[in-house]
Amino acid sequence: MRIALFITCFNDTLFPATGRATVRLLERLGCEVEFPQEQTCCGQMHFNTGYQRECEPLVRRFTEVFADYDAVVTPSGSCAAMVREYHGRVAELSGDARLSAAAQSAPKVYELSEFLVDVLGVTDVGAYFPHRVTYHPTCHSLRMLGVGERPLALLRAVRGIDLVELPAADQCCGFGGTFAMKNADTSVAMCADKVAHVLQSGAEVLCAGDNSCLMHIGGVLSRLRTGVRTLHLAEILASTEEQPPADAPPPPSGSRCTTPAAEVKSR
Amino acid sequence: MNDTTFLGMPAFPSAAKSALDNAQLRRNLAHATDTIRGKRAHAVGELDDWEELREAGRAIKERTLRHLDRYLIQVEERVTAAGGHVHWARDAEEARRIVIDLVQATGEREVVKVKSMATQEIGLNEALADAGISAYETDLAELIVQLGQDHPSHILVPAIHRNRAEIRDIFVRAMGDYGTAAPAGLSDDPHALAEAARRHLREKFLRAKVAVSGANFLVAETGTAVVVESEGNGRMCLTLPDTLISVVGIEKVVPTWRDLEVFLQLLPRSSTGERMNPYTSTWTGTAADDGPSTFHLVLLDAGRTDTLADPIGRQALNCIRCSACLNVCPVYERAGGHAYGSVYPGPIGAILTPQLRGTTSAVDRSLPYASTLCGACYEVCPVKINIPEVLVHLRARVVDDSRRRRIPTPEKLAMSAARWVLSHPSRLAAVQRAGSAAGRLAGRRGRISRLPGPLSAWTETRDAPAPPTETFRAWWRRNR
Ligand code: SF4
Repeated sequence: MRIALFITCFNDTLFPATGRATVRLLERLGCEVEFPQEQTCCGQMHFNTGYQRECEPLVRRFTEVFADYDAVVTPSGSCAAMVREYHGRVAELSGDARLSAAAQSAPKVYELSEFLVDVLGVTDVGAYFPHRVTYHPTCHSLRMLGVGERPLALLRAVRGIDLVELPAADQCCGFGGTFAMKNADTSVAMCADKVAHVLQSGAEVLCAGDNSCLMHIGGVLSRLRTGVRTLHLAEILASTEEQPPADAPPPPSGSRCTTPAAEVKSR
Repeated sequence: MNDTTFLGMPAFPSAAKSALDNAQLRRNLAHATDTIRGKRAHAVGELDDWEELREAGRAIKERTLRHLDRYLIQVEERVTAAGGHVHWARDAEEARRIVIDLVQATGEREVVKVKSMATQEIGLNEALADAGISAYETDLAELIVQLGQDHPSHILVPAIHRNRAEIRDIFVRAMGDYGTAAPAGLSDDPHALAEAARRHLREKFLRAKVAVSGANFLVAETGTAVVVESEGNGRMCLTLPDTLISVVGIEKVVPTWRDLEVFLQLLPRSSTGERMNPYTSTWTGTAADDGPSTFHLVLLDAGRTDTLADPIGRQALNCIRCSACLNVCPVYERAGGHAYGSVYPGPIGAILTPQLRGTTSAVDRSLPYASTLCGACYEVCPVKINIPEVLVHLRARVVDDSRRRRIPTPEKLAMSAARWVLSHPSRLAAVQRAGSAAGRLAGRRGRISRLPGPLSAWTETRDAPAPPTETFRAWWRRNR
């Protein structure tokens, strides 16, 4: 099976640690992952903001780049949902029958937890993460993809983890892509409630399957100096005793990452 | 849709801002929506076949709308045969004219009203007032809105933004101006408030000669109008007066009673969280010695035919006005109903108003963007309207309209630039390199607390991550 990683432009640019963790995790589970370097973006921001015309070349590129793979895995629920729900529509709107056909026969794009549970058939990925964690099910994972219990099942199997419940977990955090800018006041009002719930949970780490939502909630958590940090699901699942997730970005040149494994409680 | 009461509303983001600043409103809304959300979830959870019911509701609506012309003619035939009169109104203006003429023909100067979205949509009360006719709302929540000279902020509970203490003050202050005054020493106890309203309204029911209503459904096979309600005040209006005028949107038709049965299950569970609503009134034309002797049905288009022409947007016409989508909407819960600038607030308003009214005004253009696309509305909608899909579709309509401008909007320029960058990996990599360099200068401890230009909308309240020193693709290339 040829597996491609779709990193997403957002993770590629702002959260490369999530990509590295995804690769490490999948390789640890015995997968050979390829990263087609011609990939860029699924077009979600353009499509959701109403720029469907501008979205078309991005869909075209995506469809071409991933055509030859058996499965595509991505550490983003909303990008997976964009491809699965709307690439066909964009292709159709373009009026190009070849593009429509290509989008139709494209390999399935799996969000990370779906890929692990449904394709690889694992819930215990051999991770170790001795921290108090709460999980926010992002809206597109929850409602568009319907990932359901998968991320929680994966987290529950992590050794050392203290997984605590997030009150009102299914409530949107208020990110919503360009909504966060266009309706900044409402967006932040929603986030204030999410942050209150995160603090109520007593967690030291907030985890989710989408860095976009985590950037939003994390932005407020950080501004308020709450001391709660955010981590993508992939980074917790990739974490082991030998290699806990790095909080700081790695040094630029080839040297090894030397971030101290701070706060690791002895079990 | 000529919505007189809300004309000149600001765009959603600024209208929402004042609601967000109103602590009392936020409290009232959060409490009310949370309660009703729980009730709905419980009522829906009781049924094993809820998903099948939803699918049936969706399918019936879709099929009916496909043959709407035929069913409407059937309605006209059956209502006429049963002694009623049918009028066709192309737009709000025409509908208002028809109703005013009909009331004036009776010689009466006041009407009692059954809660109705269609009459609010056309701004009927204001038009009647201009014609010297007083219209009295008899639904409790509508009464609160009317006495408070306020706007409705919810489809089902138009005074949801008010709490008990505020309602008491409104009753004490205004009831006397409209009829029977509030009793002395009125408290804010719900029973006392209900009793005050009952006494106030009873006098209206007994005096009224003309009633104006809407209808939840029109059953085509018999020409029967249906009103579903909780209080029984609607039934008073539908039975006591001599003349009944019902203004009904053309999308309210269901072909048969068997079809109606599906909606009578879907509606109460979705809207009030009850297994069954307390009162379901049905009437077919007129009946000798029973109820009004004259019945007029005004069929309202007002943008519905245009909406029907849009293959994606038309699903908004499936709506049975249950308000479940409002109650679960996180944006509605914070911004309140008034920010939507129309009698239809919340998710359904955000997709219905720009279709019925067009996207020419600032508020109507801003409505499709008044959502995070979280999908909670779609999940609860009893007729499975894919609201996020329609929102995105309408956003494209707003953008396509703006493409005709000679000078492109800053957003358009940014989106075009982003497309150019994202259309090729090498361009993306170049931009990423520049970002990383800037990030190294700007970020302290990986966090940026102030960004320039439009990005300041982000950092006003949220820190932003500093771009990492190495992108994923650079790392891959270095390591593989
Ligand atoms: S859109 Fe659906 S959920 Fe919202 S009011 Fe209409 S029927 Fe109810």
